[in-house]
Amino acid sequence: MTALTKQQRASITLVTGVIGADTHIVGNRILSMALEKEGFNIVTLGALTPAEDFIKAAIETAADAILVSSLYGQGELDCRGFRDMCIEAGLDDIVLYVGGNLVVGKQAWEEVETRFTDMGFDRAFPPGTRTPDVVEKLDTDFQSKVSGTA
Amino acid sequence: MTADTALLIDFGSTYTKLRAIDLDAGKILGAGQGPSTVTSDVTIGLDAALGDLEDAIGHLPKFKYRLASSSAAGGLAMITVGLVKELTAEAARLAALGAGAKLIDAHAYKLTDKDAAGIVAKNPDILLLAGGTDGGNEETIRWNAEKLAQAKLACPVVIAGNRNAADDIAKDLQALGVDARIAENVMPEFNVLDVEPARAAIRDVFIERIVHAKGIDRAQSRFDAVLMPTPTAVMEGARLLASGTSKIKGLGPLVVIDVGGATTDVHSIAEGKPAQGGVLQYGLPEPFAKRTVEGDLGMRHNARTIVETIGADIFSARSGLDASEIETLLQTIEADIERLPNSVTETSFDTTLASFAVARAMKRHAGRVEIKQSVTGPVTVQYGKDLTDVETIIGTGGVLAHGENPEKILAAALFDHDEAESLRPKRPKLMVDQAYALYAVGLLADAAPEAALRFAHNNIHTNIIEKKGTGHGRTPTA
Repeated sequence: MTALTKQQRASITLVTGVIGADTHIVGNRILSMALEKEGFNIVTLGALTPAEDFIKAAIETAADAILVSSLYGQGELDCRGFRDMCIEAGLDDIVLYVGGNLVVGKQAWEEVETRFTDMGFDRAFPPGTRTPDVVEKLDTDFQSKVSGTA
Repeated sequence: MTADTALLIDFGSTYTKLRAIDLDAGKILGAGQGPSTVTSDVTIGLDAALGDLEDAIGHLPKFKYRLASSSAAGGLAMITVGLVKELTAEAARLAALGAGAKLIDAHAYKLTDKDAAGIVAKNPDILLLAGGTDGGNEETIRWNAEKLAQAKLACPVVIAGNRNAADDIAKDLQALGVDARIAENVMPEFNVLDVEPARAAIRDVFIERIVHAKGIDRAQSRFDAVLMPTPTAVMEGARLLASGTSKIKGLGPLVVIDVGGATTDVHSIAEGKPAQGGVLQYGLPEPFAKRTVEGDLGMRHNARTIVETIGADIFSARSGLDASEIETLLQTIEADIERLPNSVTETSFDTTLASFAVARAMKRHAGRVEIKQSVTGPVTVQYGKDLTDVETIIGTGGVLAHGENPEKILAAALFDHDEAESLRPKRPKLMVDQAYALYAVGLLADAAPEAALRFAHNNIHTNIIEKKGTGHGRTPTA
C-alpha cells in the first residue's frame, strides 16, 4: 500500500465525534486535529453526540467515513444499530470506524473487535491507538476511491 | 428653511397607509389611509391615502424620501427546500423568515413528484433551494432542482446550497426561463450558518420582480422605491436600534414582539451565547438577527384555538369573564376579524389572549437548556439562543399599542422560574412602540439612520401607562 498524498486526502470527508453521554473530548480532538493536519477534510461534532447526529452530518456533508469515539465504557450500547441507521438514511457504503475504551473491564481485544465489526463497523481501534495507525488504515481503505477519481 | 421630511408608504392587504415624518425633529407630522387597491389599480388607494394625509396636515411638503414597503397580496410567500431537516432545511427556513417572508411550506430531503407538484400548485413568490454543505452532498439539491423543473416551477428561485452544484442548477433552470439566482450557501460548512447572502438575494428578487408582479410599480412616479416586505422593515428597525450609528449609541441586544391579528412575530437581535460559563452549545447556531413567526398565535385568526389551548376554565379565571361572555366574544371576533376592542370586557379578553400569545411565542423563539447526565456528572447543554441577558423588550402591534395593559402583556415574555430551562429575558426594560415607529425606522435605516434613531427615541417609550390618541401610527397590516 502506498500512502495517499495530502491532495488525495482532501477529497475524503470524515465525520468525527464522541457518542452518547460521553464528555471525554480530548482524545477525539487530538485525533481530529491530527487527521486534519494530514490533509483529510474533517467535520467535528465534539462530545455528547447522539448517533443520529453523526448520520445527519454525514448526509449533509456527503462524508466518506464516520469515526466514532467512545471512552466511557458504554460504546457497545451507544453503537448498537449504527450501521442499520446509516443504511436507513441511504448511507449504505459509508465507512465506519470506532475507537476508544469501548467496553468496561478487561476483555480480550479480539472479542471486542469482533463484536463491533459484527455490528457493521469496518474497523475498531483499541485504547492506545496512535494517530499514524488511523491514517494508515484510512489510506488503505480509500485507495480505490482515490485511484478511481485521480 | 423647511425641515426635511419623509413619506412612508405601506401597501398592505387591507389598507394603503401613509405617514409623513419630520426627520429633523424626529416626529410624526401626520398619517393618512386609503383602501388597498393592489388587485385593481394601486394608484387609486395611494391617491386616496395621499388625500387623507393632506387633510390631516394641511398641505403636502416636498418629501426628501418617499419609501414604501409592501405586504399586499399575501405578503412575500416563500417555500424552502433543503436536505437534512435540522441542518440545511432549517438554515433555509431561517433565511426566508429573516427576509420577511411568509413561509407557506418547507421541505427537506428528496422531493417526490407529488411534493414538486404541490409546491408549484401553492404558487410561491420565491423558492429558496438549499442542500449540502460546500463540497458536501450534491445529489439531493440536483435531484430537487430537476423535480421542480419537471413540475414546471415558474417562480424565481434563489439557490443557496452546495456551491459545487449551484452553477449547473442555475443554468438548467435559466434554460427553462426561470429567474434562478445563486447566493452563497446558507450552510457553507457543517453547522456554520450564513443566511445574510440568501436574505439579500431574496430582497433583490422582491424589489426587482415581486413589486412588479403585484402591480405596485404602477404607482412608481409617486414614490422612490419599494424597499422591502413589511415584516423586514420591523426587523431592520430593530437592528438599527440595537446597533446604533457612530453618532448615536444603540440599545444593545434586544427583542421585539409583534402581536398581530394573524400571527405573533418575535425578532431577536442578539448573539445568544451562553450567559453562564461551562455551558455547552448544541445544534445549529442561530442568526444574530432571528425572526420567528407563529401562525397559530394570531389575536384574531386564532382566538378560539388560543382559548382552547389555555383551557376555558383557566382563561375564565385569568380574564375574569365567564364562559358565555367568552363564547359571545369569540363569535363576535369570528364574524368581524378586524374588530378592535371597545368595552372593558373586550379589553380584558384581548389582554388574556395577548399575554398567552406573547408567552408562547417568546418561549418558542428563545433557546433552552437541558441537563444531561454524563459519567463525569451533569452537563448543561444549550439549544438555540440564550436571551436571559437581553436588556430591552419592545412590544408592538395593535393590542400593545392601543390596549390598556401593555406592560402586563409584555411581562408574559419574561423568564419564569417554573420554566427555568427556557432562556427568556430576565430583567429587561419593557418598552412599547405605540406609533409603530420600528417599521418607519427600518424603512429609513439606510437612507437616514440618524434621523431614524431620533424618531425611534421620541416614539418608543418605557413604562407607558396613559393612553395616547390614535391619530397617528396605525399598525400596518402584516
